[in-house]
Amino acid sequence: MAAGSGRHSASPPLFPSVAAQDAVKSLYPMVNEEETPLPRCWSSKDKYSFIGLSQNNLRVHYKGHGKNHKDAASVRATHPIPAACGLYYYEVKIVSKGRDGYMGIGLSSQGVNMNRLPGWDKNSFGYHGDDGHSFCSSGSGHPYGPTFTTGDVIGCGINLIDNVCFYTKNGHYLGVAFADLPSQLYPTVGLQTPGEVVDANFGQSPFVFDIGEMMRELQSRVRNTIQTFPVPDTHGQWQSMLHRMVSTYLVHHGYCATAEAFARSTAQDFDEELTSIRNRQKIQKLVLSGRMGEAIDTVHQLYPGLLENNKNLLFMLKVRQFIEMVNGTDTDVKTGAGGGGGVGGRKMCGGSPAAIERMLHFGREVQHMSQVLKIHLGKSDQNKKMLQDAFSLLAYNDPWNSPVGWQLDPLQREPVCQSLNSAILESHQLPRRPPLEICVAHTRQLLTLMSRSGLGSCAFSSVDHVLGGSPLPPTPPSAATTTTTAAATNALHHHHHHHYHHHHRHIHDQ
Amino acid sequence: MGVAVLARRDVEHSRVYIDQLYSNDSQKCFQAVSELKFAVIGSVREKGSIIEQGVVVRLLQILRAPELDILLKTEVATVLNSLAKGLPEHAAALVQAGLLPVLWEQLESCPSGGSGSAYTQMLLCCLRSIYRQGCAPPPPAWDQKLLSSLIQHGYHPPSNQECVANILAHACKTNEQQQQLVDAGGADLVACLLCSPVSRVQLPALHCLTAMCFNNERVSSIIATKSYGGKAVPDLLVGLMARDRPRDMQLAAATALTFLHRAGALSADDPRIIYKTLQCLVRMCRRDREVWERVEAANTLAYLTEVSTDLQRTAAMTDHLIHTMNDYLKDTTPPNASVPQGISVSPVSCRQYDNPSTWPELMVGAALKVYASLGANDEDIRQRVIKTDVLMNTIVTSLSAASPPVQLAAVRCLHSLSRSVHTLRTTLQDHVVWRPLMTVLKTSNNEELVTVSSSTLCNLLLEFSPSKEQILDQGAVEFLCGLTRRPHPGLRLNAVWALMNMAFQAEHRVKVSILHHLGTDQIFRLLSDTDVHILMKTLGLLRNLLSTKGHIDQIMQCHGKEIMQAIILILEGEHSAEVKEQALCILANIADGDIAKSAIMSNEDVLKKLMNYMVIPNVKLQIAATFCISNLIWNVEEGAAERQNKLREMGVYKLLQNLMTTTDTGLFDKVKTALQQFH
Repeated sequence: MAAGSGRHSASPPLFPSVAAQDAVKSLYPMVNEEETPLPRCWSSKDKYSFIGLSQNNLRVHYKGHGKNHKDAASVRATHPIPAACGLYYYEVKIVSKGRDGYMGIGLSSQGVNMNRLPGWDKNSFGYHGDDGHSFCSSGSGHPYGPTFTTGDVIGCGINLIDNVCFYTKNGHYLGVAFADLPSQLYPTVGLQTPGEVVDANFGQSPFVFDIGEMMRELQSRVRNTIQTFPVPDTHGQWQSMLHRMVSTYLVHHGYCATAEAFARSTAQDFDEELTSIRNRQKIQKLVLSGRMGEAIDTVHQLYPGLLENNKNLLFMLKVRQFIEMVNGTDTDVKTGAGGGGGVGGRKMCGGSPAAIERMLHFGREVQHMSQVLKIHLGKSDQNKKMLQDAFSLLAYNDPWNSPVGWQLDPLQREPVCQSLNSAILESHQLPRRPPLEICVAHTRQLLTLMSRSGLGSCAFSSVDHVLGGSPLPPTPPSAATTTTTAAATNALHHHHHHHYHHHHRHIHDQ
Repeated sequence: MGVAVLARRDVEHSRVYIDQLYSNDSQKCFQAVSELKFAVIGSVREKGSIIEQGVVVRLLQILRAPELDILLKTEVATVLNSLAKGLPEHAAALVQAGLLPVLWEQLESCPSGGSGSAYTQMLLCCLRSIYRQGCAPPPPAWDQKLLSSLIQHGYHPPSNQECVANILAHACKTNEQQQQLVDAGGADLVACLLCSPVSRVQLPALHCLTAMCFNNERVSSIIATKSYGGKAVPDLLVGLMARDRPRDMQLAAATALTFLHRAGALSADDPRIIYKTLQCLVRMCRRDREVWERVEAANTLAYLTEVSTDLQRTAAMTDHLIHTMNDYLKDTTPPNASVPQGISVSPVSCRQYDNPSTWPELMVGAALKVYASLGANDEDIRQRVIKTDVLMNTIVTSLSAASPPVQLAAVRCLHSLSRSVHTLRTTLQDHVVWRPLMTVLKTSNNEELVTVSSSTLCNLLLEFSPSKEQILDQGAVEFLCGLTRRPHPGLRLNAVWALMNMAFQAEHRVKVSILHHLGTDQIFRLLSDTDVHILMKTLGLLRNLLSTKGHIDQIMQCHGKEIMQAIILILEGEHSAEVKEQALCILANIADGDIAKSAIMSNEDVLKKLMNYMVIPNVKLQIAATFCISNLIWNVEEGAAERQNKLREMGVYKLLQNLMTTTDTGLFDKVKTALQQFH
């Protein structure tokens, strides 16, 4: 369980939840903006003095003398294009071609001279409106496309898998202009004569060109590469390894019947006895239904010494038990009010004064335990915070709608359940985590690594997509579509393991 | 030892079950058919051997026997299906043996609600396999009832969907078949099949739709308005053309949209055409695609952009298309190229890619067609096309050496390029293109080829074309005059057109040569042609012949009578004002001659006609008639006074004075000039 991210782990986004509001972000779902922010406007610092910006730094106008090419001026976007975009695209509308229409649209690296049009210098690439030529780090251009002028919309795209750049004019694809591009390029425009004004669209508004379709093509290409990736499998080892991964996963989570059936049809053995699997499953069910007291008793009974040797785990279980008591779930009297209680008359401890009394008493026990733990094991910020959060519930009349109410969500039982399950397995010299989950986590790590190393394919390789078996969210869809896809994926998972709401999400945090 | 012994045992063994095929014991017969089935499935050799042994006749007999069990018949149909899937020759042999009528007859006798029955399914599979081999002619005209039941069978299950879509795609060739198909509900079926999740169904459905739309406005407009699941067919097609769809599907969908556009159901500025379809086809031409895809895409692209200037301009700037096409001209298929297996080309291109040695030629043909379309209207594009490497050499060599389709493509391209004055004067002259072109014209009996070639010749004969003289020296006049006698109206039109261009400001000897080789009889025939364009160009030819005084007089001296007859014929005939205007203009030219004037002046009937045209309510005709009068009475010329008197007597002067009140400035000027001539 990820320390310190408790609140967010309640609903880690399967797909970026900001999709609806942030059109730019939704184009590039695999980009981690905390590490590599997307270009969203022109930089007010990284520009030549003859450039003026307005309209949220999206409009660029020329304010120099425009006598000759020495008066050329460029501006870069605020950030370089992250490789994890896979396919990046922006459009520029020519609001006015000004005196001569010497406008260049393209890409450049940080540090390239801004007193120039894009394309003229090393690590700078541009398509110029007056002659339609492309300039590839050189003062002389090559015939590339049509000229462009007032009213035209020019798009500049960069395919970060093949490292090529292409342009569009008014929605028509003009073809590849540059290949073998360096990494870390910034969207760049340059102007040279008075009156030239251009507006940029970094994805805030719909594009004239259908970039989504191109993304889907790349996506299917990458998917195809993954699916047809050759695996050396001389003696059927590959297949039996896959079987083993599935089987260990099923065993780990205690899907007894499924595991048995799977083992039978693939002729494998378990490393663990069937009864042990059933026991773990029983405990998990208790935890996930909020019956912490019973769960702890069962652990004591079935795995004597386990909790005694793992005080921090016991503490976590006790805190959870306290929360469930507040929730009204962990009571001696079976009220039937499961997980979070009814919507309407939710009352602390199910409204029973006796239960409240017991809860308060139990709270004091837990606090005592915390002090003992501190003496024996030293200070633990994590334990301290856990207890504070739990006790804070008492400060509110309606804890469910309080700032700490997230703790009452049944979803919060899952990390507890996992920790307990892992501890039991570990005590039997079995792996804390099933290889399948390690593999998934590993893959996720690799994807982030790919993103950091500038490998664009990571944009179209989603682990969730592979697990969910449904396509990635269509690239610039309406919010409704995204939600539907996410919902469908969720539904699928629910179908597979009933007790584990959103179980796969937790792999995310580890 | 092995091989020989085994082979003999095979034959002996096969004889046993083949003998039993003829058994009256249906049990034994079924057993034999089953064995036959296992023998032929997957073995091309075995299929050939079975067909050679004449077993097909017996199999058809079983199908037709009313008393025999349906299970047996299904097994027989399975065997036939397997045989049909062999080599094309095998399928051809089955057709030869009369398989098709038997299958249709059996299908007809299947209950309409029995689409799901194994027998129906197998019959459809068998028909599908035969048609997909591309060796069977479609039924000449569909029996409406049969067609309806075929379409009904096509809805369910998926196996039937695939088969029926394939059958219809291959069996829809003529205009009538397209119409019949739509009338029988084919468009609804296709719309439904496009939405199938199975690409094996979607693809033939696309081919079927394409076959239905080709060149058929009525059918296309119906199809374009069909919808399924709330989505209109053109939108469904766009969905199937998406970039993450399989390539053959994208290509087939783009072709369908192209045909809808060319048949007028979708306009050129429809985003689904000018953005989606165009981009898809250009993308399919890229170097990383298979040869067959590139050829198909380029051919379709040429068709898509043949007419609309907007589409031509957009295509010319999309994805370096002009360069990509240049690669086609230089492409040489690697010697180890293998025939693509299991590709799903449209029925039209069935078997076209079987021989890799023809691929370079197919690519050249396709590229030339694309260039022809791109350069049809826009001079800038034309110049970019001409500048591409090896193009002119390819055209010249293709004209003389290639197969007729490539020759045709080369002539089409040349025709487009010849629409540029600049090109006529430079590139086309430098490459002496007229020479192979004349050879094509003189030697080919391919009507389409000759039509396009003669159109091109028309341009090469324009007065500013430096090739004109050389072409004349090659006996072009005689050849073109011969063409005016051809039954194909397109050829006659081009021939007269070319002669008209040739006669424009030509030397006297050329004009004499034209008149000599054409003959007045032929001129009369052309003037009574039912095609008004031919009539107009013939009048244009006369007008060009009768220009400059000297020529007018000389020609009128020899042919005056006939020419006057011809003009009267037109003036008296039921013709549009444009035609009559041309005739009056010829009269005006004649009136410009010195001696020729008398041909009009001596003909009071013609003079009265002229006066008549001066007052009818059509300004253009009034102007032409007045102009003619004005030429007749031009006062510096000999005998002007005499002519003026005669016309004054006839009341022309009065008429002209009356016309001074006209509000039309053109007419007013002409009238004023004429009046000024009178003393």
